[in-house]
Amino acid sequence: MGELKLMKGNEALAEAAIRAGADAYFGYPITPQSEVIEYLMAEKPFDRTGMVVLQAESEIAAINMVYGAAGTGKKVMTSSSSPGISLKQEGLSYIAGAELPCLYANVVRGGPGLGTIQPSQADYFQSTKGGGHGDYRQIVLAPASVQEMSDFVKLGFELAFKYRIAVLILSDGVIGQMMEKVELFDQIPRLTDQEVIEKYPWATTGKKKGTERRIITSLDLDSLKMEAHNHHLQAKYKTISENEVRYELIDCDDAEYIIVAYGSSARISQKAVQLARKKGIKAGLFRLITLYPFPGKEMQQLCKKGVKGWLAVEMSAGQMVEDVMLSVKGCAKVEHYGRFGGIVHSPEEVLHALEEKIIGD
Amino acid sequence: MAEITLEDIIKPENLVYKKTDLLTDKELSYCPGCGHGTAHRITMEVLEELGLEERTIGVAPVGCSVLAYEFMNIDMTQAAHGRAPAVATGIKRCWPDRIVFTYQGDGDLAAIGTAETIHACNRGEKIVIIFINNGIYGMTGGQMAPTTLPGMKSSTSPFGRDVETMGNPLKMTELVAQLPGTYFVSRQAVHSPAAVRRAKKAIKKAFENQRDNKPGLSFVEIVSNCNSGWKMTPIDANKWMEENMFPFFPLGDIKVDGQLVK
Repeated sequence: MGELKLMKGNEALAEAAIRAGADAYFGYPITPQSEVIEYLMAEKPFDRTGMVVLQAESEIAAINMVYGAAGTGKKVMTSSSSPGISLKQEGLSYIAGAELPCLYANVVRGGPGLGTIQPSQADYFQSTKGGGHGDYRQIVLAPASVQEMSDFVKLGFELAFKYRIAVLILSDGVIGQMMEKVELFDQIPRLTDQEVIEKYPWATTGKKKGTERRIITSLDLDSLKMEAHNHHLQAKYKTISENEVRYELIDCDDAEYIIVAYGSSARISQKAVQLARKKGIKAGLFRLITLYPFPGKEMQQLCKKGVKGWLAVEMSAGQMVEDVMLSVKGCAKVEHYGRFGGIVHSPEEVLHALEEKIIGD
Repeated sequence: MAEITLEDIIKPENLVYKKTDLLTDKELSYCPGCGHGTAHRITMEVLEELGLEERTIGVAPVGCSVLAYEFMNIDMTQAAHGRAPAVATGIKRCWPDRIVFTYQGDGDLAAIGTAETIHACNRGEKIVIIFINNGIYGMTGGQMAPTTLPGMKSSTSPFGRDVETMGNPLKMTELVAQLPGTYFVSRQAVHSPAAVRRAKKAIKKAFENQRDNKPGLSFVEIVSNCNSGWKMTPIDANKWMEENMFPFFPLGDIKVDGQLVK
């Protein structure tokens, strides 16, 4: 059993970054995720593992430091919260185009604009539909506990290097700020420079005589080549969507009504399912772990088993609900419920919405 | 008497100049008369002469030199517009024993990338920045740059730069020289053989500083022409540059070994 600690979600994420053998973290403070860089600076990871931690002048600079370092095959990450993540979109688009592996976390707060510092899930569209310019995707992991804030760092880096893609840990102000028991995984050693050179031949580490030079770029002025590059990217996303779907089903075996949720909304909805069951309602929870790839096929299978209605619960005005609708393809009713703008819904509110919007009709 | 053929002349013992292997054979995308080609050449010659090519990683910008990675025969990363100093920071922090440089134009470095430039300089990142200043946005077709001179015409200042409404040209090099994080700051040109020699010496000094792990960033500006953007012949452009650009952007070392030149 790994080391047990009582930690904030943001702290667990930071500790996991050190333990995952990350080479560098580049960040910029923003509420409600500033504990990530504060924890890293206080922990002196450079002494522990040799990991670099740098406070950049902006989120834009931070993501471009990630771009540069990731292009050299190093294991690098950044984190921020919604307004800061918007600033990172340019860099993320370049990272997608140049196919660089990296990890980043968004501890989501309410928007739009400067919004609020309270929790929200209103960045779903930005996270799963591209965010920056161009046709691209990224793997999105949605932790629902402090434990997963730690575990998904390790998983995220594995997936990032497996597919040379950006992996997003899409958290929110609740998961980032709350304290829970967490079992930390053991220290994974950082790769040596020589190991990086041998493992990642595509990385720009210095061209040896008689070898081909390596170029990290997202540019090709030849449109036919750029179309081919886009086909390559789409094929990669297809592979990911076939192999990396992750979700959790709770009380879905006999469920007539299913709540779909992720992150803190999934925690709240799990309680709502318990309350529903006490009232004799056959409710279940479909908890998304990956938001991209989206478990649409798995939802269709449940539809065939006779689910009568789906309630998408998210702290937004209704974003994930669109993917649920696209997935179930009209086989049953789909409605959305959620408080937003920094307000967190209660289990009772979710149950009420299930009864009113889905069962009541 | 036998006729002298080319084969008689092109012999190893007659070789007086050879293109460095650190430039690829790809045809340059720059306009004839432009200073970029020379700036590329002397940068690569310096890396070769110092024997640093196997551990150098270059960062290309957005602008006329966006394709610098096609011409520079070393490992290269192409950065988003203005972000090259941040990209270089990420590389250098993860590979402190590598030689890292950026090659940027004035729009990239002194407009959209002002923050990244100033903060990389201020942190004293141990990198080299090569800054080509031709007072115009060349690649996008001759728009006003942060370094466009007062009264100078461009496609977005068709009646000349009006400093009342368009602001003044930015002397980025003097600005970064004031920061404690810069170790070497110099402004040079590549329009004459003498100027090329001086520019190459400055670039060499910059890379030597990084090689020797000197405390701070080395920054070399090269004032260059843009004959197509300025709508002049290359000769006229060089003359105009001497008469107009150099008085505003005077050539010479501004900071050496961390000390401002008096």
